[in-house]
Amino acid sequence: MKVRLLDIAHARSGDKGDTANVGVIAVRPEWYPVIDRALTKERVAAHFRGVITGEVERFTLPNLAALNFLLHGALGGGGTLSLKTDAQGKVFSTAMLRMVIDVPDDEAMRLQLPAAP
Amino acid sequence: MSRIVRVAAGQGFWGDWLDAPRRQVEGGPVDYLMLDYLAEVTMSILQKQKERDPRMGYARDFVGAMESVMTAVADRGVKVIANAGGVNPPACAEAVREVARARGVADRVRIGVVTGDDLLPRLDELLARGHPLANMDTGEPLGSVRDRVLSANAYIGSTPIVEALARGANVVVTGRSTDTALTMAPLRHEFGWGASDWNRLAAGIIAGHIIECGAQCSGGNCLYDWRDIPDLANVGYPIVEGSADGTFVVTKHPGTGGRVSVHTVAEQLVYEMGDPRSYITPDVIADFTTIRIEDVGQDRVRVFGIEGRAPTDKLKVSIAYRAGFKAVGTLVYSWPDALDKAKLADRVLRERMDRMGLRFDEILTEFVGASATHGPLAGTPGDLPEVQLRVGVRGQDRASVERFTRELAPLVLNGPPSVTGFAGGRPKVEEVVAYWPALVDKSVVTTKVEVLA
Repeated sequence: MKVRLLDIAHARSGDKGDTANVGVIAVRPEWYPVIDRALTKERVAAHFRGVITGEVERFTLPNLAALNFLLHGALGGGGTLSLKTDAQGKVFSTAMLRMVIDVPDDEAMRLQLPAAP
Repeated sequence: MSRIVRVAAGQGFWGDWLDAPRRQVEGGPVDYLMLDYLAEVTMSILQKQKERDPRMGYARDFVGAMESVMTAVADRGVKVIANAGGVNPPACAEAVREVARARGVADRVRIGVVTGDDLLPRLDELLARGHPLANMDTGEPLGSVRDRVLSANAYIGSTPIVEALARGANVVVTGRSTDTALTMAPLRHEFGWGASDWNRLAAGIIAGHIIECGAQCSGGNCLYDWRDIPDLANVGYPIVEGSADGTFVVTKHPGTGGRVSVHTVAEQLVYEMGDPRSYITPDVIADFTTIRIEDVGQDRVRVFGIEGRAPTDKLKVSIAYRAGFKAVGTLVYSWPDALDKAKLADRVLRERMDRMGLRFDEILTEFVGASATHGPLAGTPGDLPEVQLRVGVRGQDRASVERFTRELAPLVLNGPPSVTGFAGGRPKVEEVVAYWPALVDKSVVTTKVEVLA
């Protein structure tokens, strides 16, 4: 089943120099394993291809049902050097949540995941 | 019931809601009001102000905030901790003293002033003594921008604030204290936590991280369930109710809007996070993977389980340096084919600048309404009602940037059609002050505390 990340997670992003951080939090703790499995470093790097110029780092916070990603080379130089509207990386959060993931039907049913429209 | 110490956040950055400090001291019981004014580039702005007038160089908004809370400080024993001192904490303290005098309460206001973070006067000495102050991101030695440095401040921790409180200060003004120390210091002071009580110090730091951005943990900028977060017009700023064991509850005053829940707190916890196992501060390294949060009532989140460990022997240094000039200008193109018109205008503009021989370090074009924030992730739009063309340039030559600002308006008459939105006039040329993060040995930074009677 296709599931929109937007429907099962929320997120906040910010900046550190030219790096954006995106914290992704499962809306329900029991949905954390789904995002933990789907949001691999490779998947996130592919999602942001053409948007960032550097590497992706990935950290897990199972205690908060959250993942943290560092997207390097994301902010056009960062801080005051950047000419971008989103120089502080504030809306990389919702850019991440554009992702649509595949979840096996039985698991999606058991966890009551909302299907993508 | 064990003793609770309440630390209220009243300012998340310089420019935050002017009413928040007063609302925090009037909306219910609080022991400490914590005001955070400093962002990465704020110090350089303040340094420029101090160069023009030696009595300036601190966050002027703080004086207004102190006027609005002075009664609570003088009559009800609320204590204030703020990093509003910027690059001139003594002048900031003097301005607060003026407010107290004008109110006739000077005898009840003891101002603690923390200094020693300002490394600008010591830069050459530090470089000569073999401290490279290399850029943490690029490894470049500071020498390459030394002649353009505007400000240099070490991030200092909770110890001098604790000392000021122990010496009877009820208003503490610092320079570049870490944002989190402003919250941790009063908890450490009240509960007598030792300098190596890592778990409790880490808990205080995380309490600080949660409330340092003001309402951003109490319903502001909260994505989860945003439509149903109540009464943001009357949003309550956050309050930490700390206990001696390091556990705490995040809440807000009754009757205020917004929301405090595991969702709003979790969003703030991941904000500007790096490696969650190592949140490094001058006092302690906090481990965000040990944090436990639970809803314990309406607008009440309990935070517990936090672990920390000994810090490093370095302090982070925030250095600002002049890095050229920039300007950003916009025009709005309307349906039909708004995006195509904006794209043509961008090509025309670039061709003209190219023919004039204008050269920049960077030219960035964005199409606001189509792709400015999510780039290619936004997909291909349909025929949009309007698109804002937004062009920015950055370079070392001020005259070239200035010339760019005169090339946008002509497009209204000599470029593609259906263009509007130029009422604001020419874009402003700004000097770029860039940020240079570095590390320095803790042993070379000595903080000083003065308590004005």
